[in-house]
Amino acid sequence: MNTPLLTVHELHKYFPLQGGFFTSSKEKCLAVQDVSLSLHKGETLGIVGESGCGKTTLARMIAHIEKPTAGEIRYNGQDIFKFDKKQLKAYRRKAQFIFQDPYASLNPRLTAGTIIAEPFIIHRRNLAQDIDTDLENIMKMVGLSKDQERRYPHEFSGGQRQRIGIARAIALRPEIIIADEPVSALDVSVQAQILNLMKDLQDEFNLTYIFISHDMGVIRFISDRIAVMYRGRIVEMASNQQLFENPQHPYTRILLSAVPRL
Amino acid sequence: MKASPVLAVDNLSTWFDTEQGALKAVDEVSFQLDAGDTLGIVGESGCGKTVLSLSIMRLVPTPPGRYVSGQIALNGLDLLSLSEREMRKVRGKAISMIFQEPMTSLNPVFRIGDQISETIRLHQGCNRSESHHKSIEMLRLVGIELPEKRIKDYPHQLSGGMRQRVMIAMALACHPQLMLADEPTTALDVTIQAQILALINDLKRAMGTSVILITHDLGVIAENAQQVAIMYAGKFVEYSDVKDLFSLPLHPYTKGLLHSIPRIEGDYCRDKRLPIIPGVVPELSRLPEGCRFHDRCPDVLPICRNVEPALIGQGFPKRYVRCWKYQ
Ligand SMILES: Nc1ncnc2c1ncn2[C@@H]1O[C@H](COP(=O)(O)OP(=O)(O)OP(=O)(O)O)[C@@H](O)[C@H]1O
Ligand SMILES: Nc1ncnc2c1ncn2[C@@H]1O[C@H](COP(=O)(O)OP(=O)(O)OP(=O)(O)O)[C@@H](O)[C@H]1O
Ligand SMILES: [Mg+2]
Ligand SMILES: [Mg+2]
Repeated sequence: MNTPLLTVHELHKYFPLQGGFFTSSKEKCLAVQDVSLSLHKGETLGIVGESGCGKTTLARMIAHIEKPTAGEIRYNGQDIFKFDKKQLKAYRRKAQFIFQDPYASLNPRLTAGTIIAEPFIIHRRNLAQDIDTDLENIMKMVGLSKDQERRYPHEFSGGQRQRIGIARAIALRPEIIIADEPVSALDVSVQAQILNLMKDLQDEFNLTYIFISHDMGVIRFISDRIAVMYRGRIVEMASNQQLFENPQHPYTRILLSAVPRL
Repeated sequence: MKASPVLAVDNLSTWFDTEQGALKAVDEVSFQLDAGDTLGIVGESGCGKTVLSLSIMRLVPTPPGRYVSGQIALNGLDLLSLSEREMRKVRGKAISMIFQEPMTSLNPVFRIGDQISETIRLHQGCNRSESHHKSIEMLRLVGIELPEKRIKDYPHQLSGGMRQRVMIAMALACHPQLMLADEPTTALDVTIQAQILALINDLKRAMGTSVILITHDLGVIAENAQQVAIMYAGKFVEYSDVKDLFSLPLHPYTKGLLHSIPRIEGDYCRDKRLPIIPGVVPELSRLPEGCRFHDRCPDVLPICRNVEPALIGQGFPKRYVRCWKYQ
């Protein structure tokens, strides 16, 4: 196969722990430990794992929001933490982040239209007259109508807000989308609409996804490959079918057996 | 004779006054909850689940909110007639709530240990060092490792799921008669989720606590609730014993919900899509005539477009549905 779009090599991230009365300040929270993975264009990598095992921290490093303590992340073969200003700006366009919380991640003072169009303006990819048609297209693509453009985030439901977040993320035709629990706050009917939408967009633009979720059913539906994280490490990496039908690591088996059944 | 219910909600309506007119967030909701039982509430984002539980806590901001009609009785005590001072004694002691968004109820400038200790001191009347030890114990119970170190953390230093567990620890520490749990486990992995639900169930057994469990996860409802209410656009549209609901869902909305769940036994290739309920919920300030679900309903009848159906009993105990197909 051709070279991967993204490679993560021996990545580590430590945070200092506050500690009790008798602990030394040297003690650290090992949020991400020795994580390596690679991802090809058009692929979806699902990430599951214990709460607090480092999924968000890993995602934030891949999105260049947080710097690793050690290790490297390469995008098309280039180290993203050695990018110059111009390269970084290009990377910020190509790699988009969708946040877990559709309530907190949208600026409450901006209208939906401004939020979605903001990336165009920041990246000056467009002249004013094009923005309008692009905006309309993108809103339609995610199931919003153009007349909702003037409304503010608090006037939308959780599902609609998540659509705004997705619209913003795809506005600049990114190559990779890092989605941190994008459907956790949504009910199952809106969740189904959003998951279908993400698959449709992937087909259309050959998008690459990193998709974090606690919901094993969602992971089963969306992923090509799955990484299981436990205490900062990837303990199992397998294809979708392998992981669900023949889990290897004890933690993976525990996870699968803890899924509540209907 | 049957014991009287812990909680009786009768014809409750909570509306918000908005620029678009009255927004009927909770509309004519009635139910009863017995000691030690769990009522699960499921429904589309924005259908009024949180406002229903805030109403029971009397925490709806008024204005713009308004308790338009109804009664809420906790062990016979009429909550809507209490003064704010009396209500403060009920909150956190007789009723405690796990809020949907942990950051709104954790104070960002205090260490989490101090926040839990304070709750414990307030409700169990113990001294500083006792409450300190109990806080550590509570954090351990909700599965936080190295709790003696973690109590020194500020909320932003915790992962999303850890914050949620801190809140759960605070709610459990109060030993309430009624626990309102609004999406208590959404940010948690399934193993910690199972652990937290077991803790809540222990509390039910030990103290006879009744629980209202709001969640999008129907599997969680199936395993932890005795009754379930399906809510749509401010109203209960189906109410049932848990077993009956999953073996025989009646309302078309309930059926749609059950179909749209991705399953771990499912075989999904790239081209597979989930069955969806087309369209979106109506705006609660601009409700359509007739049944609120009619324009999304696969079984719509002419009458559904004009007349709102009532919540009608379906023969077997505790089974009600609001749909013209069953009237
Ligand atoms: N800013 C920070 N300061 C100190 N510790 C942090 C910080 N951010 C994260 N951590 C710690 O790093 C670890 C991993 O956190 P992270 O948010 O990546 O977990 P997660 O896998 O996303 O968990 P969840 O499923 O609960 O969201 C946790 O122990 C957390 O307390
Ligand atoms: N303070 C407020 N002012 C005006 N409208 C409000 C207010 N609080 C809630 N609402 C409206 O009441 C309705 C019900 O909201 P609620 O938060 O109860 O939904 P929910 O069922 O809990 O949804 P979710 O699953 O997304 O949490 C929504 O339409 C919401 O916009
Ligand atoms: Mg996280
Ligand atoms: Mg809610």
